[in-house]
Amino acid sequence: MLEHLLFNLLQVAVVLIFAPLASGVLARLKEIVQSKRGPSIFQPYRDLWKLFHKDEVVSEDSSWIFRFTPYVVFVTPIFVVLLIPVLTSYPLFFAFMADMLGAGFVLALGGFFAALAAVDTANPYGPMGASRTRMVGFLAEPVFMIVFFTVSFVAGSTIPYIVQQSWVTPFANFFTPSHVLLLLAFLMLILAEGGRIPVDNPTGHFEIAMIDESKSLEYSGRGFALMKWGGQMKFFVLMCVFLNVLLTPWGLAAAQTWAAVLLAIPFVLFKIFCFLLVLVVIESSLSKLRLFRIAEFLGAAFITSVAAMIAQVFLP
Amino acid sequence: MNDATQQLLQNLNALATGLFLLTAFGIVAVRQANACLNLFIVQSLLLAASAALLGLRYGTSHLYGVALVNLISKPIIVPWLLRKTSPAGIYTRREIDQVLDIPISLTIALALVIAAYFVGAPIANAVSAAYRGPNVPIGIAVLLLGAFTLTVRREALPLLIGLLVMENGAFLTGISIARDLGMLVELAIATDGLIIVFIMGVLVRAVQKQVGTTAVGALASLKETATRPETDEASS
Repeated sequence: MLEHLLFNLLQVAVVLIFAPLASGVLARLKEIVQSKRGPSIFQPYRDLWKLFHKDEVVSEDSSWIFRFTPYVVFVTPIFVVLLIPVLTSYPLFFAFMADMLGAGFVLALGGFFAALAAVDTANPYGPMGASRTRMVGFLAEPVFMIVFFTVSFVAGSTIPYIVQQSWVTPFANFFTPSHVLLLLAFLMLILAEGGRIPVDNPTGHFEIAMIDESKSLEYSGRGFALMKWGGQMKFFVLMCVFLNVLLTPWGLAAAQTWAAVLLAIPFVLFKIFCFLLVLVVIESSLSKLRLFRIAEFLGAAFITSVAAMIAQVFLP
Repeated sequence: MNDATQQLLQNLNALATGLFLLTAFGIVAVRQANACLNLFIVQSLLLAASAALLGLRYGTSHLYGVALVNLISKPIIVPWLLRKTSPAGIYTRREIDQVLDIPISLTIALALVIAAYFVGAPIANAVSAAYRGPNVPIGIAVLLLGAFTLTVRREALPLLIGLLVMENGAFLTGISIARDLGMLVELAIATDGLIIVFIMGVLVRAVQKQVGTTAVGALASLKETATRPETDEASS
């Protein structure tokens, strides 16, 4: 039992440590595709280090929400990590505290506070970005719901540790239409929730066009570092859910030993690297959608997820 | 053939039909005529794949023939014919008219698919259990989606593709219910389809020559323009 608790904390440590690396690798890969050299893959760590050592400026007119939000944004992905399989294929200490739906709600809490904080400072760009994020959020919500319903429908559970087994136990199950369509819908969700390219341009520096970035414009120093790190962890967590629960539940530790669990770390990082390669292809070959086209993009995701559910119903 | 392979083949067939359904949604919603045609090509490939997989699963060589005929006629000859006959301008146009906007038409399409399940279930129950599969309800759903495409699109080429999608849907149902239909029938249907495509393509070209547009949604005023020269003379 104690070992399970320690493994669970190890998962948190892995996500804390490697989330900035993932975003650094993604940024570097994108620069390479654009025939540039790009910053080092360790640049996000340097950014965080620098920000933690800077003074923080907080507006006098802002309320407690503004000061409280970075901690919420930072902590919510950590709570989710306790629930999902990052390194092990067997349930750990906190695995049954909440299911995937609960994890989704915990993640949404961070987004909710970030939106509130953006409105709090009355900076003109903050509320605009916040309302846009809410728009993307409420369009993505039904897709999340249908995806989770389909998962529970197929696997008979929404606990991620149980779900990941049901997709591959006879290997033929991997090819059921509901599984593949679900993967497509979830990939589109990751792009939308992570603020990646067809929905939002994460590298843009133009406030008018920002969706996700403009929420943290008012932050500086430690608060900004926490917001950044929290955002990177959220993206890492979404990738872990996609890869370890839905797409490739292989390479996770099956034995309850430290060696097996530590060996799972490079496997998981390799999977994430492969996913980042795919993401770079998607991001480099598509252009950012106009704001009102996002509804159509997420509408397509919704249709895909519903088709996944229908395909499951249609199977005799 | 052991149980695991059979299960795998069955699931692969189900996957092909699931993606088939998804392409039908795409044809309802996509904006460019060219993308519409590409989705139709993908859909026809999936139809051929489904036929081949069913043939492999149940060991009926007839279905290989169906797959082959489909593979040659729909993804290769139909696009070639369409590109030859209909004016090239259609494919480069970016936006095409729809009666309804895209989210609404997708919602209606979803309702149609759910309706197709209730229509398809009794039909699927009528055949013996070995013949049951996802093909029957999804085929009927795609048939309805094709008909829906015909009603919402206002551009000639997507309308034609809607017609072909209906045929694809009927085919998908057919290959799972009637597995030994006779090669002659399949070939006849395939050539029929090609002739329809040819005639429609020529018609689209003629419409474009006469009216200057292929937006057939606006063709309600065609009669009035024909009589207009007389009234113009009368007024002047």
